[in-house]
Amino acid sequence: MSRNNKINLQLSGLEPLFITEESIFVNVGERTNVTGSRKFLRLIKEEKYDEALSVAREQVEGGAQIIDINMDEGMLDGVYAMTKFLNLIAAEPDIARVPVMIDSSKWEIIEAGLKVVQGKAVVNSISLKEGEETFIHHAKLIKRYGAAVIVMAFDEVGQADNYQRRIEICKRSYDILVDQVGFPVEDIIFDPNIFPVATGMDEHKLNALDFFQATKWIRENLPYANISGGVSNVSFSFRGNDKVREAMHSAFLYHAIQNGMTMGIVNPEMLEIYDEIDKILLEHVEDVLLNRREDATERLLDLAESFKGDYKVNEKAIAEWRNDPVQERLTHSLVKGIDEFIEIDVEEARLNAKKAIEVIEISLMNGMNVVGDLFGSGKMFLPQVVKSARVMKKAVAYLLPFIEAEKDSTASSSAGKVLMATVKGDVHDIGKNIVSVVLACNNFEIIDLGVMVPPEKIIEAAVKENVDIIGLSGLITPSLDEMVYLAKEMDKLNIKIPVMIGGATTSRAHTAVKIAPEYSATVIHVNDASRAVTVASNLLNTETNANFSIALREEYDTLREGYLNRAREKNFLTIEEARKNKFKIDWDAFEPVQPNFIGTKIVEVELSELVDFIDWTPFFQSWELFGKYPAILTDEVVGEQATDLFKDAQIMLAKIVSEKWFQAKGILGIYPANTVNDDDIEVSLPDSSYQFLTLRQQSQKTVGAPNIALSDFIAPKESNKQDYMGCFCVTTGFGVDEKAAEFESQLDDYNSILTKALGDRLAEAFAEYLHLKVRKEIWGYASDENLTNNELIKENYKGIRPAPGYPACPDHLEKPTIWNILNVEENIGVKLTESMAMWPASSVSGYYFANSESKYFGLGKIKNDQVENYSKRRGISTEIATKWLAPNIAD
Amino acid sequence: MSNTSKKSTLEVKSNIYQAINEKILILDGAMGTMLQRNKFEEEDFRGERFKDFPHPLKGNNDLLSITQPEAVKEVHRLYFQAGADIVETNTFSGTTIGMADYYMEDLVYELNYQSAKIAREVADEFTDKPRFVAGSIGPTNRTASMSPDVNDPGYRAVTFDDLRIAYKQQVNALIDGGSDVLLVETIFDTLNAKAALFAIEEVKEERNLDIPIMVSGTITDASGRTLSGQTVEAFLISIQHIPLLSVGFNCALGADQLKPYLKRLAHNTQLNISAHPNAGLPNAFGEYDQTPEEMQALIREYLQDNLINIIGGCCGTTPEHIKLIAEVSAEFEPRKLESNQPI
Repeated sequence: MSRNNKINLQLSGLEPLFITEESIFVNVGERTNVTGSRKFLRLIKEEKYDEALSVAREQVEGGAQIIDINMDEGMLDGVYAMTKFLNLIAAEPDIARVPVMIDSSKWEIIEAGLKVVQGKAVVNSISLKEGEETFIHHAKLIKRYGAAVIVMAFDEVGQADNYQRRIEICKRSYDILVDQVGFPVEDIIFDPNIFPVATGMDEHKLNALDFFQATKWIRENLPYANISGGVSNVSFSFRGNDKVREAMHSAFLYHAIQNGMTMGIVNPEMLEIYDEIDKILLEHVEDVLLNRREDATERLLDLAESFKGDYKVNEKAIAEWRNDPVQERLTHSLVKGIDEFIEIDVEEARLNAKKAIEVIEISLMNGMNVVGDLFGSGKMFLPQVVKSARVMKKAVAYLLPFIEAEKDSTASSSAGKVLMATVKGDVHDIGKNIVSVVLACNNFEIIDLGVMVPPEKIIEAAVKENVDIIGLSGLITPSLDEMVYLAKEMDKLNIKIPVMIGGATTSRAHTAVKIAPEYSATVIHVNDASRAVTVASNLLNTETNANFSIALREEYDTLREGYLNRAREKNFLTIEEARKNKFKIDWDAFEPVQPNFIGTKIVEVELSELVDFIDWTPFFQSWELFGKYPAILTDEVVGEQATDLFKDAQIMLAKIVSEKWFQAKGILGIYPANTVNDDDIEVSLPDSSYQFLTLRQQSQKTVGAPNIALSDFIAPKESNKQDYMGCFCVTTGFGVDEKAAEFESQLDDYNSILTKALGDRLAEAFAEYLHLKVRKEIWGYASDENLTNNELIKENYKGIRPAPGYPACPDHLEKPTIWNILNVEENIGVKLTESMAMWPASSVSGYYFANSESKYFGLGKIKNDQVENYSKRRGISTEIATKWLAPNIAD
Repeated sequence: MSNTSKKSTLEVKSNIYQAINEKILILDGAMGTMLQRNKFEEEDFRGERFKDFPHPLKGNNDLLSITQPEAVKEVHRLYFQAGADIVETNTFSGTTIGMADYYMEDLVYELNYQSAKIAREVADEFTDKPRFVAGSIGPTNRTASMSPDVNDPGYRAVTFDDLRIAYKQQVNALIDGGSDVLLVETIFDTLNAKAALFAIEEVKEERNLDIPIMVSGTITDASGRTLSGQTVEAFLISIQHIPLLSVGFNCALGADQLKPYLKRLAHNTQLNISAHPNAGLPNAFGEYDQTPEEMQALIREYLQDNLINIIGGCCGTTPEHIKLIAEVSAEFEPRKLESNQPI
């Protein structure tokens, strides 16, 4: 859209706010307004300023770029309240960082506000209502106090209510401000009046359309002027019907922004995503806003009724199940994961039962069997099962004192004792916790040793507790070796306890090929939580156990042999040959982009800024719901579950952000770098230099395809071109474990797991966010990049940020180099475990490569000649190198 | 009186705008550091006029403009001789708020008037090139946007209107005494500065005159923010509603630590940039020991980076510092402004 005027409004709190042509719509928080929020009014009236401040804080944390503050209420001393509240805000840096909008219809309140803000605020509003003289006087003072101003389309006659009056009054106001007051043009903001539509009155039909057109006219004819407005007015006729209101607000904003609206007072909770508005509803709403049909209002009113209807039916249905018999109510609560009534119902069941334990053994287990059946047949999904488990835990906790009191019921009714542990060096436990919960739901007794558990501790606990099964979990590749080691140790001690293996890097193949040969008792890979119950039951069932184990052993033997044979058939190049076939970049033609910043930099960011960068698809994967986001929300099979889970995640995410559950900390460095000796990258810091060692693909490629190493993307020293590379570490993990533990202590595994899953997503989002900053600003090699979130997830950007431990560079020993260069632990507190896992777990580290030809790839298998060569470069023995690179070494 | 000064300030206005286009203007160095060399005692501060004043006066440096005018004039003279184009009046604490510590609120007009007058007299001794007097307007010792009481964050020890009234009195006196420029400096709380700017605008309107304004903030520590919490960019945005001759930073930090913030300032504004850093950071005894040569080398870096239109020194700097700074500045062109932006 071309306009002959540009936007350049600068405001400030403790930090600047630059509003330019490139800015996306600026949203103004509206909840610190006594006329719009009954809650805020009450807090101010009762002088509960602490709570009133938290309303302001929530808005800022929720993404408001300006906060509107209004104290216009008959019973309030507005001057006192405005002064006091703004003074208190000044003492809260997390609120005061954004500019304020001083909102009042009374000049003395506006002036009181202007006298206490150090930044550049916005006055909302002045107008020609009381004539030119007053208008000029106020404008002059506002300029002298140093604020921008919103001018209402209002004059001596009244409020502008049609297109012509809107543009006339705005033009007249503008001319007076510019010619007589000398008001800076970029500090003028017009509010051309947003009025309700679909009121049933003919004269209101054009209200929205006139606003759009007036907005467009102002942007085209009054240079530098901005446009603002209070959006919720437009849907006034539909109070009580949030679905329709949300749709109207979004559609209105969509068109207003298209026409040039730059900022607005908006309640973000009353906005639907434009693309997600029900298509029929959207059409009806836009008919009204754009006045596209005579009967638009009637049609929207009719349709609106049907949205109201839906809600009512649901409410009724909710009430009805409470009249069912107690067993059905318990089952209902368990299946639906509702904990609201569980204690009442359990108490009723207990009074009817002979012993409290029977409630668990009969009533609750009946319910859990239904859950198990539904889960087994794919009609329930993991998030739901975990919620069911939460209800179950609460029920059991309620019953425990009664069970304890009935002394004779000491006999264990457990289906079996399972020890669960994340192995030494690894900190990831979402998967382990899910399996624990699912097993616990099925009456297994769980002994959870937590994360980073050394082998001797696992063995000791297994023997001492006389467990029936050991479950081992790990996410990073070194954990695979830990598992092999543990299997060997247990075999030496002649332990015969069956072992279940799970976790992201584990596989059936690895279990069969590497672990099973080391352990004479049963070991089995369990790839998802839904199978864990069946497997555990089979392992412990005395009748089927023997056959199950034999069959398993045979299956793994076959798998191993097939695997080993296949591996032998694969052809490899020697490392020298592979280097000759490296990925070639024309270094003569190469012009490195000089980074805007060279050195090391600590980065702090508000969690709210990361939310948009979240890639949700892996989030669903961690709950074993497979499918791409957002399509997964409407998936025929898992859609409903995914939607519920997503809703819970959004609610928690909002809390994580507003209550600052986690802390986002990051560090990055960009340095001069050149490739040396084919596969190493030399990085120069001011008083030292480091080498990143990269690994090169060695498998025989099809003709013409290169054998890539990451070093191929950096200009070699002999090119005489100074190239650069970067590295980083980000975390959102501080606070995750504490919060998860808090939920666990409330027997709420569902939210505990959700907390960790969101922590992981935010860390990834942080990495994505920082990479964008690096590309566009900090390094600036792609300063003109303009990608949507979807394109970011699809990695459509230029340059890559591979992470050690992942396919392009599986070598975890690169992490200590990054840690040394950036001084990660000292600067942001993220530590490396002995297996080179990052703690806290919700952390991401990696390198930055800027070359436009750089790309992600998988290393695949490498041969011993490279391992030997690598061990010399790394300065470690071949045995140690082999141990670290084992998962990638071809047999 | 006000009639002649009005005429002279209008002429000077065009002069200083002309001068700043032609060369890097040199501001003077520290007044306090130089006055300390006189080792004045209580009776020196009192002079004949205040010998029976009921409260101690030692340390009231602004008072020396009345009781030891020759000593103050000599400092101005040394700075002009060292090559300064602009000297600051000895009025850093010259408001009713600052003088309340010495019970001398009633003396504020006279203090400012006399300080400007003696600086003007010394400036007029030099006829080789235009020499300017900048009326120094300090931050006062109270903050309008912070509470001194940690238990009552909403409390304020001074209000916008208290400051506005106090500054207005100081501004009128500084103009009457013959200041060519007003320098709102060492700003640690932007709201205080906004009150000073508001007062200046009122005076300008009431007296129908124009006078160039320099604004200089203070970044207090490595956080890169003012004491009241604003970033460089937020500070800049908050004081740009008034037409300014220049914006810059002074005090608190040495030239090397100040540099990144000057760069950020330069990156974000089309205004002239000023800097008057301290002679490094104070040592364990509170003394500044950066030598003129060391400071000159650091200022050279500013100039090489095209950051500067007005340069001088703050705490710990002496005529020797200013001499070397003036010498190196003569080798460079002033920072050039691009005029293609709306602000």
